[in-house]
Amino acid sequence: METMTFLQHYWWLVISLLGALLVFLLFVQGGQSLIYGIGKTDEERTMLVNALGRKWETTFTTLVTFGGAFFASFPLFYSTSFGGAFYVWMLILFVFVIQAVAYEFRSKPHNVFGRKTYDLFLMLNGIAGPLLLGVAVATLFTGAHFTVDRLNIADLGGNTSISQWTTPWHGLEAVADPRNLALGLAVVFLSGTLGCQYFLNAVEDATLALRARRTMRTYAVLFLVFFLAFFVSLLFADGYAADPATGTISVEPRKYLHNLLEMPYVTAVLLAGVLSVLWSIVEGWRGNRKAIWFGGFGTVLAVLGLLLCAGWNRTAYYPSLADMQSSLTIANSSSSEFTLKVMSFVSLAIPVVLAYIWYAWRSLSRPPITREEMQGDDHKY
Amino acid sequence: MTTDILQTVDWSRAQFAMTAIYHWLFVPLTLGLSFLIAIMETVWYRTGDEFWRRTTKFWMRLFGINFAIGVATGLILEFEFGTNWSNYSHFVGDIFGAPLAIEGIMAFFLESTFIAVMFFGWNKVSRGFHLTATWLTAVGANLSALWILVANAWMQDPVGCTFNLQTVRNEMTSFWDVLLSPTAINKFFHTVTSSFVLAALFVVGVSAWYLLRDRERRMASKSIAIASVFGFVFAVVAALTGDKSGAVIARVQPMKLAAMEALYDGAEGAPLTVVGILRPESQRAEGKDPFYFKIDIPKLLSIMSYRDAEAYVAGINDLIDGNPERGILSTQEKIERGRAAIAQLERYREAVKNDDRATTEEIEGLFDPATPEGKAFLADRFAYLGYGYLSSPEQAVPNVPLVFYAFRVMVGAGVFFILLLAVVWWLNRRDRLADKRWLLRLAIACIPLAYLSSQAGWIVAEVGRQPWAIQNLMPVNIAASDVPSGAVSTTFFLFLALFTALLAAELSIMFRQIKIGPKE
Ligand code: HDD
Ligand code: HEM
Ligand code: HEM
Repeated sequence: METMTFLQHYWWLVISLLGALLVFLLFVQGGQSLIYGIGKTDEERTMLVNALGRKWETTFTTLVTFGGAFFASFPLFYSTSFGGAFYVWMLILFVFVIQAVAYEFRSKPHNVFGRKTYDLFLMLNGIAGPLLLGVAVATLFTGAHFTVDRLNIADLGGNTSISQWTTPWHGLEAVADPRNLALGLAVVFLSGTLGCQYFLNAVEDATLALRARRTMRTYAVLFLVFFLAFFVSLLFADGYAADPATGTISVEPRKYLHNLLEMPYVTAVLLAGVLSVLWSIVEGWRGNRKAIWFGGFGTVLAVLGLLLCAGWNRTAYYPSLADMQSSLTIANSSSSEFTLKVMSFVSLAIPVVLAYIWYAWRSLSRPPITREEMQGDDHKY
Repeated sequence: MTTDILQTVDWSRAQFAMTAIYHWLFVPLTLGLSFLIAIMETVWYRTGDEFWRRTTKFWMRLFGINFAIGVATGLILEFEFGTNWSNYSHFVGDIFGAPLAIEGIMAFFLESTFIAVMFFGWNKVSRGFHLTATWLTAVGANLSALWILVANAWMQDPVGCTFNLQTVRNEMTSFWDVLLSPTAINKFFHTVTSSFVLAALFVVGVSAWYLLRDRERRMASKSIAIASVFGFVFAVVAALTGDKSGAVIARVQPMKLAAMEALYDGAEGAPLTVVGILRPESQRAEGKDPFYFKIDIPKLLSIMSYRDAEAYVAGINDLIDGNPERGILSTQEKIERGRAAIAQLERYREAVKNDDRATTEEIEGLFDPATPEGKAFLADRFAYLGYGYLSSPEQAVPNVPLVFYAFRVMVGAGVFFILLLAVVWWLNRRDRLADKRWLLRLAIACIPLAYLSSQAGWIVAEVGRQPWAIQNLMPVNIAASDVPSGAVSTTFFLFLALFTALLAAELSIMFRQIKIGPKE
């Protein structure tokens, strides 16, 4: 493979991995949406919030890094999607801004708006965050309404915007496609499932564990329903394929099915992920504290497989519904070879980062949270 | 859409300025306080004295409150490059995206991981690991400042890149040129050291409040002992790096320098204005004195800018009307050259559409730095690309009074802080600070002043570079996204309301925690 092509594939892998980690880490959001569902007393809620409060920053930072890495490696996507699907991204930002202060402020005296407001912030972020991110990711398969012409910048007196959106809804139109909604809801219920599994792991309390198990069962079933709906429709869907020589884009029926057949390693990753998630559901059903490990690992693999399926194998990862030839592929939207190389060196730091996060988490997570600890903690939310 | 008074680009600027200003209310304290806490914890680690643990934890609590909202306001800035400055993101994303990504990978994770250890780890990890985590948090915070400032510096001084006609964007050719440009280095050191000063003044001011109330005397005076030295040293460094920034600006952004000094007519041996009041109608005052009154230091501007008392400093009029004697092109000339470059791009677009090979090849030659025609075209035409988008030369002048006054606020405050911190340190050492009640009150008043001067610094840097999003290459009106102005104004007010509400909550919590004081 040519260097440039290799780098583009490598960076799509890095982006997919970051996206996959992000979806796993949305267990924090899932947990937030259940603080009132699982915690019935103030003390119980405080325990749950504190369990999540040690992790939320990592999710948040992964979102930030995902954005930054996408910008650096595929800037045309960054400018097209963010500037075009304006309302969706702004909503996503809004629900993450309110999350960031909620933990720190909720139980501090004189916090002006009262604990209930901050808990509402956590709830909003917990539901709308995964929903909107899921819908946004779904558009990588289902497409969006935009046109791209880089030389628009020479159009003095005309519209100099390189990327233009062709609906006045600026992204909100995505909810009109049921497949987008299906994936959005699948992510909501997946993060709830993982949130319950996380509570089983991080909190040592029989009452809470029982409720977390029960809730997980319902969420897991709903997740499977929506995920299967999306996945099956994907197998039958048309996709856009790019001609490797000319870059010309054309419709290919059942493109994603073909991708899975032509890239068996991606299919293997995807299947391993799905099986691991299923196994985690079984374990969580039984109340096993370790369920989150299977759930987390499986989520990362499954999302990774899906995203690779969206971008590799000459697939347009951001199909344009307004003008097929404007669709973005990893070949036509990436950074220059030089930048991708520089960034590849930087990406070597990612394993180091994962290692110290792991180490720090491990040293903080034992022993698990108990009612006693909540009485005399140093820094509790 | 056209009935709107403000256009998309104006709203986008307002939105970016508003969110950046909010972000900057929290960042400098994070940058400096993290180190102050780390120093205090180190003393605890060395001495094992419980007093230091309690002191560290007190400042750390304030740090946590500030940090949360700093993070909240930062998220939106990063994504605004895409949402509001879409053209910009495409045109320079190849270069600009890299520091943002590196910031996430190398800095934010460091910060966010170890901050959890810092807050939750007191009883869970060893003292040594805890101390390391505190230092790593401080390093992480300052590394994040490094990368974002490299990105910002590159917009002021776009180096280490070339234009690629095929992709119609600027592409990076040297990572080190981007990272190590003099603009980037000065910006980084000036910004972080000035933030250390702000944090030091925060600690001194809060401690002064305790002394006035005759509470927590030991904690207050020990905190002042550390913070005043720390602040004094870095206030001197901030002044030196600020001075160095001025010299760099003279070279890369002469218009910004002229605006900072409200210098309309250039001169040799130009004086520096210490204070002055501008006439409101002074915009390009033809022959009229732009000042009601001013106090000058002769030749100082030339010395600051070029390290030479007789050096020539260009004024706004020279830069607009041109000054052939000094080899300065008029802005009109630059506009025409920029338009010539755009015209070639337009021709290229037509030729590609019509598959006209001869023309595309000809134009590709023009944009090829390896050929002589290419070299000439890039230096004489393309270098002024951004000017081609201006409709009149006057557009190249930033808001002079705002930049002029903001600069004076910053520098005046900076000199004053050096003196104040020295006096506070001296009196505290001799244990005579607690009776100087006026000085304690003054120290408290310096907290808002520090914030004001820090914001003023950004106003100089950012307003002073208007109309450029990227110096000489892309003015802001071409940088914005293709969204209706109503969409941007809606989100502007949404976030304004949200941030203002959160700021109110933050202040209220902060004041409360200061009132409560250290625990245990
Ligand atoms: C990495 C880039 C970057 C960084 C670190 C900052 N800015 Fe900035 N700023 C921009 C990039 C930028 C920009 C995107 O390029 C804007 C938007 C439109 C423009 O002209 O520049 C801008 C505009 C802008 C304006 C409006 C200027 C005008 O429209 O006249 C103000 C007042 C500030 N900023 C203030 C700040 C403050 C207080 C910052 C401190 C955190 C800051 N900027 C950091
Ligand atoms: C347009 C410019 C900027 C963008 C896009 C930006 C982006 C961000 C983001 C996304 C975060 C949250 C990170 C997290 O998840 O922990 C953040 C926090 C932070 N940023 Fe910025 N930032 C900008 C300007 C600056 C500047 C100029 C500095 C320093 C000189 C700075 C220093 C910091 C620091 C220290 C934090 C840590 C949290 C805190 O503020 O307390 N940022 N920034
Ligand atoms: C005492 C002498 C000082 C001098 C001579 C000075 C000089 C400067 C100059 C020339 C700039 C513009 C840089 C640019 O546009 O690229 C600047 C920016 C800035 N200043 Fe200062 N400054 C001083 C003190 C301070 C103090 C006390 C603070 C805050 C407490 C401060 C905070 C800032 C900030 C945040 C910026 C924007 C970042 C940057 O562009 O570097 N400065 N300063």
